[in-house]
Parts: sequence; structure tokens; C-alpha cells
Amino acid sequence: MNGVPLVAYLLVGLFMFTIGVVGVVIRRNPIVIFMCIELMLNAANLTFLAFARYMPSSNVAPTGQAQAVMSGQMMVIFVMAVAAAEVAVGLGIIMAIYRLRQNIDIDEMNLLRG
Amino acid sequence: MDLSKLPVKPTPELGIFLLLAGIAMASAVGVIFFRNAIRSALCLVLNFFVLAFLYFTLNCEMLGIVQIVVYTGAIMVLFLFVIMLLNLGAIQTDKDEKLDIKLPVGIMLGLGLFSLIASQIVPQMIKIQTPKAPDNFGSPQAVGNTLFSNYLYPFEIASILLLVGIVGSILLAKRRLNP
Repeated sequence: MNGVPLVAYLLVGLFMFTIGVVGVVIRRNPIVIFMCIELMLNAANLTFLAFARYMPSSNVAPTGQAQAVMSGQMMVIFVMAVAAAEVAVGLGIIMAIYRLRQNIDIDEMNLLRG
Repeated sequence: MDLSKLPVKPTPELGIFLLLAGIAMASAVGVIFFRNAIRSALCLVLNFFVLAFLYFTLNCEMLGIVQIVVYTGAIMVLFLFVIMLLNLGAIQTDKDEKLDIKLPVGIMLGLGLFSLIASQIVPQMIKIQTPKAPDNFGSPQAVGNTLFSNYLYPFEIASILLLVGIVGSILLAKRRLNP
């Protein structure tokens, strides 16, 4: 969008990523921790798209010049696919833990501690 | 975010961007500061929805629509479904005193991370004001052409990953027949 500098988008993405990190640290509900991970992935997506719009890559082989502009958007598509798979498996794990002990407090899940 | 120091002119586009960015950041804060998990999930829905409009302002129309359909449509419904199925909305608050110990540590960590990364990227990127990519680079035709020509093998591998995710989640959530 004309009139908006790249730094504005980057700062919004950085703020969302920081909120995600803080949420993973301070919250103990594993579903909220999953949501914070989604927040971090979306912050990375916003940063990818901002860079793809403002600084499209130009340092590629001449045959791939038209597609080089699209590489940021392709990365966002694959991040979305991986996030969908991750949510499905992660919520399945939470369901399995809940069925095992009727409680999903993250501080009591120390079965795999070293 | 102090855009007043930046060398930008107040345009209508900047106003729209600040409105969207403000809603996105406020709802992101709401995700981690609501105690009720359902309120957190609804804040995250709002955040993803506004984020799709931020994608539209970057001329990525295809990915904005995919964001609405996949994230706010599918993933957040899955979250809300699990929250309500496990009855986690009103989580017990008798053990939330430990949050008071974690809260200052988390906020200090967040401020440190934000200032560290911002101090590295802002001086480098402050000069870039105008978008360079063509205006139609986010149209469904452009995205589809690239996805099915240059990125065909990653696309197929992503489909295998999603298949593995489906099988794994069914295996995890299935009730054991013979324990």
C-alpha cells in the first residue's frame, strides 16, 4: 500500500511474534500455548508477505525471474499447510492427555523429563 | 508504535493501516491476557481476520482469502471445538498465583526481544517506502501458476504431510479398543 513504509508492517509482525513468545512463557493452558504458536506463525507470514511486496528478490537465474517475485507467497502457503497439520496433531495429543488424566495442566506433564 | 517520527505523510492508506494494525495488536494482547480460553480463542479469530485485511493491503488477495478460510474458518473452529469438548473454558483459578511470578519475567523477556530485534531491523529497513512488486502479484492466477509449475514438488510433499497429519490425529484421538 502506498504511503505505508515497510517498517510499519515489520513492527506489527514483530509485536505479534513477541506477544506469542510471552504467551508461551507465561500461560499454562496448553491450548492457549498452541494459540500463541499460531500467533507466531502468522507474524512470520505477515513478515514474509511484507518483504515479498516491498523487496521482491531480484538475484535469481534469468529463467526464474517472473517466479522470483512469488517466492514469499509460496512460503506463506507452505507455512499454512504445516500449521494446519501441526494443529491437528497437537490437539489430538491434548485430547489423548486429557483422556489419560482428566487434566491438562502443563506443569504436571513431566513424563518425558530428562 | 510511533509512526510520528518516521518520514511518512499522513495519507488515507496510512490511516487504514493504523486502524487494522491497532486492532490486530490489541487482539493479540487479548489472546494472552484473558484467563478464559474461549475469550482467547475469539480474540485470535479477530486477529486472524484483521490479518487477512492486512494481507489485502499488501495486494496478496489470494493469501488473504486463504487466511480467512483456513485459519479463521478451519483451524479456529478446531480450537473452539476442542476447548468446548474438554470444557476448558472456565479453568480453575486456584493455582493461578504462579502467574504473578511468571508475568514480570515474561514481560521483561518480551520487551528485551522486541527491542533487540527492532534495533536491528529498523535502521536497515527505514528507507524502504514504496512497494516494488507488481500490483497483481497476489492474484489467484499468479499464485496458481507458480504453485503448480515451479513449486509442484513442494506442493505434493505438503499434501503428504497433511495426509500424515490426518492419520496421526485419528490415531491419537481414537479410543483404544483393547487396552
